[in-house]
Amino acid sequence: MNNLIYLDNAATTKLHTAVLDEMLPYFSENFSNPAGIYASARKSKAAIEKARAQVAAVIGATPNEIYFTSGGSESDNWAIKGVADALKTKGNHIITTKIEHHAILHTCEYLEKCGYEVTYLNVDENGVVKLDELKAAIRPTTVLISVMFANNEIGTIQPIAEIGRIAKEHGVLFHTDAVQAFGHVPMNVEDMNIDLLSASAHKFHGPKGVGFLYIRKGVKIQTYLHGGAQERGRRGSTHNVPGIIGMGKAAELAVENLVENSHKMSKLRDYLMAQIQTKIPFAKLNGHPVKRLPNNVNFCFRFIEGESLLIMLDSVGICASSGSACTSGSLDPSHVLLAIGLPHEIAHGSLRLTLSEETTKEELDYVIEKLSAIVERLRSMSPLYEDFVKEN
Amino acid sequence: MYSEKVMDHFMNPRNMGELPHADGVGTVGNAKCGDIMRIYLEVDEETKVIKDCKFKTFGCGAAVATSSMATELVKGKTIYEALQVTNKAVMDALDGLPQVKVHCSLLAEEAIHAALWDYAKKHGITIEGLKEPKEDIHDREENENL
Repeated sequence: MNNLIYLDNAATTKLHTAVLDEMLPYFSENFSNPAGIYASARKSKAAIEKARAQVAAVIGATPNEIYFTSGGSESDNWAIKGVADALKTKGNHIITTKIEHHAILHTCEYLEKCGYEVTYLNVDENGVVKLDELKAAIRPTTVLISVMFANNEIGTIQPIAEIGRIAKEHGVLFHTDAVQAFGHVPMNVEDMNIDLLSASAHKFHGPKGVGFLYIRKGVKIQTYLHGGAQERGRRGSTHNVPGIIGMGKAAELAVENLVENSHKMSKLRDYLMAQIQTKIPFAKLNGHPVKRLPNNVNFCFRFIEGESLLIMLDSVGICASSGSACTSGSLDPSHVLLAIGLPHEIAHGSLRLTLSEETTKEELDYVIEKLSAIVERLRSMSPLYEDFVKEN
Repeated sequence: MYSEKVMDHFMNPRNMGELPHADGVGTVGNAKCGDIMRIYLEVDEETKVIKDCKFKTFGCGAAVATSSMATELVKGKTIYEALQVTNKAVMDALDGLPQVKVHCSLLAEEAIHAALWDYAKKHGITIEGLKEPKEDIHDREENENL
């Protein structure tokens, strides 16, 4: 992958070599099930408990509030369904937003079919949740507010501390899907009044197939997987020992380098955004200009379609993603781009570039050069652009 | 996900551009659904042979490739023969399309038909079997899937 310019770090990240080193012994030499009683099992057990503490430290939680899962989607499913079920005698109303990941949205839609009521909050043109709308949506039957920490497509960071305060004032539990934000931006479950938090290891240079759900001590939640005493009986299934250890190490590295990496990436992000805006006409930045993930750049280029753009970028060695219909497998473009008020035809032409700490300015200069040429070429092929030029 | 032929026609589209003095122009699809195709035809008055054909497309890789292939298939044919170029012929010539992209080939067929319709209307002739193009190809696709 040496010649590839990988700008799809919101989709997944490269496993850190130090993380792999930490994981390797637990595949073979030290393969014991941590549930065992013998010495090698105790070693596995100690290693996953170390990982639990490493993860807890990043968000200011205590280790026994961290529950290992198979990843972000499971954590989101568990948080929503688990709380809804456990609190069904209190109420049947959930508040979330229109820009959540499908792991939240589809789970909420499923619960609606089961008789729950869900409010999907609007966001402003930058993708920020409207707090007055949130306050107005809270009912006596509201059992959970779930708002993502940062958006996976447009990178907008939500006012999590304010939302946490509102939830607390109203005695409603607050869950945040922090899959994109964990390890990338500072967060603290105490300061921000977060009751449940989802994260996934492969988004911060850990392995795929492992994540966690933070559940504040005392929060009522239904058991997710029945069948074992693992995770204090709340989530059965033999531990993914190498995965968990990898996640712990990745979390430790992420928090250690958070300030430095975030500073480095946001400088490059701002450079890329400014260059695109200067060099490519009819380009619109999506997401908040400042309150956004340090590695996220998202633009719409008018008159062209996202999948075409991605294929052409791929042909020159650039990996990126889009919210166009063709990449979503439906006729509708991304629900996030529609929620920030973009018309369909513009939303089809979106491009997401997500950096890592290994991204260099030279790589971005190459991307800008190629991207300008590709956008120009696709516009020369576009009947929409032809009409636009003739009309203006 | 795409065949080599689709990739070739996407990366090196044949007959891409405009014909400023086209005898027939057809535009189909809508930007809301993410694809629009426009086909230009230049037709010999006497022989009714399509002398030149060009396209412009806003859409995904398959939309561009099917437009490109459709222009290749109708070029050199008479307007009556061109009507026989089906979406299946376009797909076959491209070594197939993923299921979710089949609508692009329907759109290409419809674009050819729309250009032929425009030509026939402007020249006061009737092309046997040619129907007025539909406003939105996706309506047709949805109906056909029922």
